[in-house]
Amino acid sequence: MASKIEEKLYLTRFQAAEQSHLTVIDHDICLTKCEEKWCTHFCPTDVYRWEGTRMHVGYEGCVECGSCRIGCPYGNIHWVYPEGGKGVVYRLA
Amino acid sequence: MSLRYEAIVVGAGPAGITAAYELARRGRDVLLLERGPYPGSKNVMGGILYTYPLREIIPGFWEKAPLERPILEQRYMLLDDDGHLAFAFRDPSWADPPNAFSVLRAKFDQWYAAQAVAQGALLINETTATEVIVNDGRVVGVRVDRPEGEVFADVVILADGANSLLAKQLGFHKEWHPEEVALAVMEVLSLSKDKIEARFNVGDGEGVSIEMLGEATLGLPGMAWLYTNKESLSIGVGVTLSSLREARMKPYELLERLKSHPTVARLIEGGKPEEYLAHLIPEGGYRAIPKLAGHGVLVAGDAAQFVNAVHREGSNFAILSGKLAAEIVDEALKLGDTSENVLIRYRDLIMQGVIGSDLKKYADTIPLIEKNPLYLKHYSPRLHGAVRELFTVDGVPKKEKQKRMIEHLTAERGKLGAARDVWRLGRAIW
Repeated sequence: MASKIEEKLYLTRFQAAEQSHLTVIDHDICLTKCEEKWCTHFCPTDVYRWEGTRMHVGYEGCVECGSCRIGCPYGNIHWVYPEGGKGVVYRLA
Repeated sequence: MSLRYEAIVVGAGPAGITAAYELARRGRDVLLLERGPYPGSKNVMGGILYTYPLREIIPGFWEKAPLERPILEQRYMLLDDDGHLAFAFRDPSWADPPNAFSVLRAKFDQWYAAQAVAQGALLINETTATEVIVNDGRVVGVRVDRPEGEVFADVVILADGANSLLAKQLGFHKEWHPEEVALAVMEVLSLSKDKIEARFNVGDGEGVSIEMLGEATLGLPGMAWLYTNKESLSIGVGVTLSSLREARMKPYELLERLKSHPTVARLIEGGKPEEYLAHLIPEGGYRAIPKLAGHGVLVAGDAAQFVNAVHREGSNFAILSGKLAAEIVDEALKLGDTSENVLIRYRDLIMQGVIGSDLKKYADTIPLIEKNPLYLKHYSPRLHGAVRELFTVDGVPKKEKQKRMIEHLTAERGKLGAARDVWRLGRAIW
């Protein structure tokens, strides 16, 4: 069973773009205001990883759901779709 | 790619494909834009497609379309810690004419888009519409991330899905609130046809849908589901983003807990994970419906929050709204007037029809459950306890059992409190 997120993501096809379509607008907000680092909890593919002083954004594994943009209480994530043809490519459902 | 069309449709999902199909069928010059490599490559749903209203657009479509199984039985399960309380409805008449099918969207959307192309629509994949072009207060086209840069049309139909970025750009709605969207995660598990049919007690090619509440979402406002495909199962869980955030849960942990629940584990045993998916479901309902029409622009499908979460209906509303949008756009083009004054008829048709009626009917349901998590968290185990009391034979007279059942159901809330809870829920649903 694919119970870990790494195993799950291995099942999903991605066509990574060269540039990130996700941008943390102000890294200072993550550091000083957002104690919970909310996005690291609810992102379904663990795109966001707190690295002690800075939010790492692994946009290559983003499935473009939009939760981080809506769920960041500080509105601190600039979110656009990846360029045409890039990003997640679902094969089944 | 020419630079001018009568209509541009943004997004090749059920709403956008339908709009393009219906416009092309009427001889309109229509461009359908899709940002993925093919229609369906970005699209996700739990997996139930009702045949209405698509059967009115393409009669007997199920004979040609790549569908999974006709759904002949709907089951509902309230999961407890390790047991469940269930309800099932099966009716063989749902086979003909079929009421609903399980589908895998990557296959289905490609097929459906091909039908629109056969009608004469131009489908351009791998093209993201980054912005709506507004000139003098009216929408005149969209900016795309291609060398051509800009494409123009008399009308633009925004069917760009749950995130609805383009309608937001126009100010038709503000950013969705975390209460207005559910984050759904899902897996497709491959399993042999024989096992599926034996395990779910169905005949050759027949299907079952199961919706699960209670422990299935850990009591969070939302729902879980398990649907039978031809040779796979779709299993998923969706809860409001606000409640997920508050619970500090990872959505895939919810999914894993669901998969390991004894009732569920037996049904999916041996299923091999093939794909993991996540998507937002717009569940804001009636009050979240954005402005639907402007000068030269309409909004359809998920982008317009056309989802009835209580009845898991969304793709049918998407198709219906795409159809209505095409009808109004065609009329407007005939009149030579694509201003809001004419296009606003679309809003009237939506609101007076089944979409507006159903969303209005359930306008209070999701907010009530969202604001009162006790409905799922508190009453779900209580109900289980009450039924256990009723069905356990242990020498206690039934009269006493009924008393205990009431005690179960009213525990901590009091009789008056419980009566009020039931009344409020009843009013929000009925």
